[in-house]
Amino acid sequence: MARLKLDNYVIADAPRLGPRGWLRWIWRQVTSMRVALILLLLLALASIPGSVLPQWPQDAAATRAFIDDNPFWGPFLDATGFLDVFGSAWFTAIYVLLFASLIGCIAPRALHHYRELRRPIAATPRSLARYAPVSEDSSLAVDDALAAARAELRPRPGRLGALTGYRVRLDRREGGEVALAAETGAVRELGNLVFHTALVLVLLAVAYGTLFTYRGQAIVVEGRSFTNAVVAYDTFSSGALFDPSDLDPFTLRLDSLDASFSDTGRPLHFQANVTFTEPGEDPVQTDISVNHPLESGDAKIYLQGNGYAPVITVRDSAGEIAFSGPVVFLAQDAAYTSTGVIKVPDVTTGEQLGFKATLYPSFVEGPFAVGSVHPDPANPVIEMLAYTGDLGLDAGVPQNVYRLDESQLSPVQDEDGQPVTLRLALGETVELPDGLGSVTFEELPRYGAFDLRADPSLPYLLVAAILTLAGLATSLFASRRKVWVVARSEGGTTVVTGAAYAPAHDAGVAGVLERALAAASGREPSPGVEEREQS
Amino acid sequence: MNPTDLSVAALSGATVLYAIAMVAYAIRLARVADDKVAAKAVAREAVAVGGGAQAPAVQAVLAPSAGARAAKAAGIARSTTLVGALLHAVGLAARGIDAGHVPWSNMYEYTISGSFFAVLVFLIVQRKRDIAYLGAGVTGFATVSLGLALTVLYKDVDTLPPALQSYWLVIHVSIATLVTGIFAVSFIATSLQLMRDYREQGELLVEGGPVRQAWRRWHNTLVRRYRRTRWLEAVPPAANLEALSFRLNAVGFVLWTFTVMAGAIWAEHAWGRYWGWDPKEVWSFVIWVLYAAYLHARTTQGWAGRRSAWLAIAGFTALIMNFTVVNLFFQGLHTYAGS
Ligand code: HEM
Repeated sequence: MARLKLDNYVIADAPRLGPRGWLRWIWRQVTSMRVALILLLLLALASIPGSVLPQWPQDAAATRAFIDDNPFWGPFLDATGFLDVFGSAWFTAIYVLLFASLIGCIAPRALHHYRELRRPIAATPRSLARYAPVSEDSSLAVDDALAAARAELRPRPGRLGALTGYRVRLDRREGGEVALAAETGAVRELGNLVFHTALVLVLLAVAYGTLFTYRGQAIVVEGRSFTNAVVAYDTFSSGALFDPSDLDPFTLRLDSLDASFSDTGRPLHFQANVTFTEPGEDPVQTDISVNHPLESGDAKIYLQGNGYAPVITVRDSAGEIAFSGPVVFLAQDAAYTSTGVIKVPDVTTGEQLGFKATLYPSFVEGPFAVGSVHPDPANPVIEMLAYTGDLGLDAGVPQNVYRLDESQLSPVQDEDGQPVTLRLALGETVELPDGLGSVTFEELPRYGAFDLRADPSLPYLLVAAILTLAGLATSLFASRRKVWVVARSEGGTTVVTGAAYAPAHDAGVAGVLERALAAASGREPSPGVEEREQS
Repeated sequence: MNPTDLSVAALSGATVLYAIAMVAYAIRLARVADDKVAAKAVAREAVAVGGGAQAPAVQAVLAPSAGARAAKAAGIARSTTLVGALLHAVGLAARGIDAGHVPWSNMYEYTISGSFFAVLVFLIVQRKRDIAYLGAGVTGFATVSLGLALTVLYKDVDTLPPALQSYWLVIHVSIATLVTGIFAVSFIATSLQLMRDYREQGELLVEGGPVRQAWRRWHNTLVRRYRRTRWLEAVPPAANLEALSFRLNAVGFVLWTFTVMAGAIWAEHAWGRYWGWDPKEVWSFVIWVLYAAYLHARTTQGWAGRRSAWLAIAGFTALIMNFTVVNLFFQGLHTYAGS
């Protein structure tokens, strides 16, 4: 790919006027367009694996499972970047090259465009034969005819007129002929430049955002509060230049979480009713719902999920309360069948206790299986398996709160050696076998999963996006037309000849020519001169 | 009649009418092609006899009776399409009233709205220029889409899930659906353009390496095939079709750019990030890049014409993929489609 050389675009090489410079410029233009085109196609092609294969940033668990399930392809694809396509070296290389090409393309074109705007437009061609000229007799004198045509095509009033209207030029030729050339299309080129420049701005805004953004996730149970600090989050990530002291230490109390469902269990509405307290200010009661985040300074707080956090109390063999509090359960299906884990390290005597539990908000028991029929807590029941042994909490390795490390635990069994399934309805207490203690299902509050995110680049990104769209629309919809009207006197009658040139898709140019010709002839333009494509 | 039945009945009626229109448009194409071939033959004969100047007169004699048959088919096609579109609109409106929200929140609804927009775009362009030659394709597309929607994709009305309860559903998805309609019409124009292009092209010499040879054989097969396709006589030359599909693609591309941006703003509101490379977002991006490549190719030497047309075809294929495969098989945040 010998053409793919960035020095093709160096500004110093921008066109000198004159035929050789022009040729060189056109050649560069063509070659760089081809490179841009190939890079665009590569970009489209390279994106596709990102939607087909599991991706680390989007779904780490699925990606892990994919690698485990495919001992050869998994690690291979991982090593070659296919499991993080949009962060991979090859994807980055494609878009960096594309933007290098883009900048190398815009700069000389902007310069060229600027010069072009300051030069007079080209004179009317000697012969209009190539442009299907139309001639007719005019009732006006030669000069008046062209003045009328010129008035018809003159730049529209206002500052933008020179850009959006026609630029015109009059030439007197031998034999008393006068030729009017009119050209429009500068705004189209300008739109194109704005569009391409705005694409660079979009990229810059995204890069800026990546450096300064931060986001954290926190789960808050009804009746509890959360204080904004890095340590308070369940997960927290931030850009390289984020400063943790930027976090505004507000507190957010979840007063209640409304979740409503249809009879068939479809979610209708989720809303977190919260008390929001900025430091040094009065508490404010407000709400957060899906599509309606709460704004706090630069940051926004989103309601991203919800579920149940049953309050469980565990008493040990001595009858002492060894654990009591809400436990966050994660919903596994649309009926909010949820699973959770209770770890009880602080027993008075004996071994530690652990529980793997499933909550059924609307419990039903069929002949072969149990389940939840609706996400509302119509008949909440928790089933759990109890374990005794060592929870492994002292190993110093951070543990997943949603998983029980069973390596040093053994299930609590009944006399037949079968693991015991405990079943508790709301408010019930069951005794563990062998006098290990008891478990109580006290209450069933809900929790809200909140995302806090700040991205200082958003306003810039919005501006860049609007510029992109405006530039694009201008460059695609503004017309690029040339209209010529030549008038001469033939034996006392003025004869006007008109012709026009525009790209093939621009049928409207015929109407412009007709109006200019009609003006030059001193007649009314005939209505409906619009090229009707073949029948 | 309750709104549910009214909607289904109106949409079924529209499907039948579109099917009739498709047949009528196809007959019209065949008739116009017959007339043109006959007129050419007469003109050739006239020239051969030496009376070149007579040819137009002969043609004028021939045209009225022959043209009348094409005009009759075109009349039937136009009126059935129009009535079909009216019923289609009634079906959409009844669905919207029934559901209590805009009728584009799941696959069934996108399909009935997208096909409506395709017909609407066709009717609007038709008012300004005669594009009856696209009629068979457009009504065919609408027939198939509506038929699939009513039989395979049908879903009873349901409430909107919380994530979709936003005015962005009205803005973002309506424009996305409209763009699908526009690109569908331009896709049909581009397909005709390619057929005409091969018809107008000469066969290539089969030489060079194996890849080149295979490619040239393929090219020659298409040239031969579309030379034999008589109804293509009734379709304008490739250059005119390129101009038409470019105008539609330009409008479509600007609106698609808007769709993607509006989607990003909505994602920022709903999910707390404007872009997350969710499968739907990946494909929206791929579509955008492919149509951008198409726009570049149009002005690139060696790519203008046939090759850029293939890129437009690729863009529309990606659009359809995004709507079918991505909705049905890829997991992501945009998983309302099936529900
Ligand atoms: C990020 C990559 C790029 C994207 C997304 C992009 C997109 C577009 C789009 C959508 C158009 C159509 C608008 C119009 O016709 O005015 C266009 C036109 C154009 N682009 Fe790009 N472009 C990119 C990179 C480049 C590069 C690297 C070059 C330089 C070689 C370039 C040169 C042009 C030119 C000259 C036109 C005008 C074509 C014409 O209508 O005559 N673009 N581009």
